[in-house]
Amino acid sequence: MTLSLAVKRQLWAILGFAVAVLVLMALLYSDYFELVLTQVLLWAAMSLAWNILSGYSGYFSFGHAVFWGLGAYTVALGLIHLDLSPWLTIPAGAIVGGLAGALIGFPTFRLRGHYFALAMLAYPLATLYVFQWLGYQEIPLPMKREAPILYMQFADPRAYVALALGLLVITLLISLRVENSRFGMSLFAIKQNEPAAEAAGIDTWRWKMLALMLSGALASMAGGLYAVVLLVVTPEAVFGMLVSAQALILALFGGVGSLWGPVIGAVVLVPLAEGLNAELGDVLPGIQGVVYGVAIIAIILLAPEGVYWRIRDRFAGHMPEPIPTPVTSLTIPATPREVRAPTAAADLLVLHDVGISFGGLRALDGVDLSVPEGGLYGIIGPNGAGKTTLFNVINGFLASDRGNINFAGESLVGLPPNQVCRRGIGRTFQVVRAFPRMTVLENVTVGAFVGAADNATAQRMAGIALDRVGLGARVNALAGGLTNRELRLMELARALAPQPRLILLDETLAGLGHDDLDGILDAIRQVRSEGVTVLIIEHTMQAMIQLVDHFDVLDHGRLIASGTPETVVRNHEVIEAYLGKKWAEQVVEAAK
Amino acid sequence: MTSVAAARYGRAMAFSLTDFLQALAAGVLVGATYALMCVGLGIIFGAMRVINFAQGDFLMLGMYAAFYLATSGGLSAFLGPSGGPIVAAFLAGPIVFALGWLIHRFIVARVTGAGAAQTEGAGAYGQILTTLGISLILQNGGLIVFGSAPTGIRTPLSRSSWEIGDILLNQGRSVSFLVAVGLAVAVYLFLGHTRQGKALRAAADNSQAALYMGIDVDKAHRIAWSLGVGITAVAGGLVAGSQSFQPYTGFDFVIVMYAGVVLGGLGSILGAFWGGLVIGIVQQTSTLILPYQLQNTAIFVVFLLIIFLRPQGMFGRLSERT
Repeated sequence: MTLSLAVKRQLWAILGFAVAVLVLMALLYSDYFELVLTQVLLWAAMSLAWNILSGYSGYFSFGHAVFWGLGAYTVALGLIHLDLSPWLTIPAGAIVGGLAGALIGFPTFRLRGHYFALAMLAYPLATLYVFQWLGYQEIPLPMKREAPILYMQFADPRAYVALALGLLVITLLISLRVENSRFGMSLFAIKQNEPAAEAAGIDTWRWKMLALMLSGALASMAGGLYAVVLLVVTPEAVFGMLVSAQALILALFGGVGSLWGPVIGAVVLVPLAEGLNAELGDVLPGIQGVVYGVAIIAIILLAPEGVYWRIRDRFAGHMPEPIPTPVTSLTIPATPREVRAPTAAADLLVLHDVGISFGGLRALDGVDLSVPEGGLYGIIGPNGAGKTTLFNVINGFLASDRGNINFAGESLVGLPPNQVCRRGIGRTFQVVRAFPRMTVLENVTVGAFVGAADNATAQRMAGIALDRVGLGARVNALAGGLTNRELRLMELARALAPQPRLILLDETLAGLGHDDLDGILDAIRQVRSEGVTVLIIEHTMQAMIQLVDHFDVLDHGRLIASGTPETVVRNHEVIEAYLGKKWAEQVVEAAK
Repeated sequence: MTSVAAARYGRAMAFSLTDFLQALAAGVLVGATYALMCVGLGIIFGAMRVINFAQGDFLMLGMYAAFYLATSGGLSAFLGPSGGPIVAAFLAGPIVFALGWLIHRFIVARVTGAGAAQTEGAGAYGQILTTLGISLILQNGGLIVFGSAPTGIRTPLSRSSWEIGDILLNQGRSVSFLVAVGLAVAVYLFLGHTRQGKALRAAADNSQAALYMGIDVDKAHRIAWSLGVGITAVAGGLVAGSQSFQPYTGFDFVIVMYAGVVLGGLGSILGAFWGGLVIGIVQQTSTLILPYQLQNTAIFVVFLLIIFLRPQGMFGRLSERT
């Protein structure tokens, strides 16, 4: 695979940065300045490691000190008790950090938002007390005068600059690789709308775990090297709140979610805080923390997106955005799977006695439903009847209390949404769940990952899906700037991209004007004619009667009627519960 | 080292019913001051949906305010060494309330309020980080102003006890218990029965709707914020009578407060009170089976357990729609 222009440019930037650091290192003669430079590089690596989890996936960690501290103690205790060289224990620290990430992530990723951030806060502090209790109050690293180089102990402080630079470059390269892969794109999708990512077939749990493990491994390595440089480890210094805070403050200052943001943050703030501490530390002992506090408030109030994004946005104002590489593959003829005859007798989706309760409320109560392959079925019913709950149960957002759900002969019960998607069920949402900061093509590409072996294929499948719904001309637009109609079509394309056998459409027509309606209806018919089975929830009865070949009517969680549109709109119970008498007469008249 | 720990552990394992009741009583007494600080935090979270990292540092300010009022301010000299610190703890409330008012007016209001209150995600992190910044400034500013040496308020109450059967009740903690419970009840009545309290709860429930109903949401938030930090400061002033403190002390209480508030259910004031009480009991009884240094680790474990098993807490509710 050839590297894209943007990636090449970033590689040159990393090389340029490394050369600049080496030149600076050669020019500085004071031990003190070399030490500050080492700290800048280490904290940049730490902050970048934090960024891999929190910047890309949006899961803010207030507890990255746990990894930093474990790395530092791995090095210190390895050297003292086992006589192991940091050359071994720093990489070993990566394994410790990765394992700690797995252990922490396993329970903690059940939480979101505030709860996740709060839970992360607890880990380093709990660990801090444990290390204090174990008696590891202040661990000095023993000097190894007989073989200093073997134990990473150098007389020349420039050696540490070079080591820290090496670690930072590794972290930059890993971040760059993550950003430009399915991994990064999945994290980005999780950050913007996790349920949508999950429904689009992204195994969100797996990617989050990988991100935390990778992030923890890199942070541990930075912590390990920090121990080597400072030669003493105390629980407060490595597990303390200031470590976690510093990692995120640097990234926040420079720009969260960017490759260079954490580096910018470290380059500006670390020397500032260190310098003030050295100059005024005796008189004003807390000056370092005050500087960070002021920096964080200033950045939130003045440039909440961070320095990097602010500069980039300003820069982009003067220079046109580089023209995105045209998606040539759009012209490649679509190769949809062979069209199945709509008359196929076998039922694709079969629900038997499905029920779910929320507290005392029976949201679904013994629902039986079957949809034949190639069918276009509508689900109607009053608000609160359980329609969306039904979709959530089918696609795995909710686990039913009882009953069976079979899809193509296989049970779906207990599967997470991404697995349901993998088995060939796509869905859209009542409230459009787009990834607003991604382009239309990227939005749909995320949906196509499920069915594609590599990114190029995914992008090609996304292009095909966008053509199918008639959105081919808007591939490079940002999703945040689309009209409601375009958003609905994009969501449809995202559901279609992995070439599902069944799609669940939840009020796709809601909030659309009359003119927009026809376009979407045509797209749905087109999809159906290509052999995809459709199950749609909708309130717009006129449109539905024209569109579907079968209605299932829900009321209070129960199925009250099922049949062709003509019979269902005449059904007494349906008129009572949903349609209303007057309206039903009108429709029946109009349909004649 | 490990053998020392094992010996300590082994000795601690054996405890009698009296030990347990003693720890339980201590837990309830300490728990009431924790409950009061949790109520302070709970008001802020309930009204603003902001995680306030600086809450512990406002608590620390309350400790120093009470300390200076009692000593340099002459309250201990004037009202006696027993009554002075209690009054000083009370007066720490208005002082920190005023400071909180200013901090909200000039910093916090810019990232919260009617426009930003409902934003989950990026906006919420801006708020958390702002309070983190305030925390760093207060903590380290405190280090500059107050110095790093631990200090404490001397009161004869903390060194004497009442005896009930075999159980000893520390007088200082017992008085703190009564003050804390009284203040918590007063706050509860204020929120439930006054016009301002009702406006505050409306703004908490749905700030958008409250805005349309003509409630000044920003003002409600300012009152909630200032009241929250003020109440927590009083709790800090009470704690300052029975333990030593320094500028970083606040952080030890952040987890206590969050554990209590999460246990009670984020957003519930009543829950925050009971949550804080339970955390006090957990902390004190944990010393029966765990070494003293690990009592905060026990709180962390409880905190994590609550978050995983019942994130809505005792009195909270979960609501999420697809």
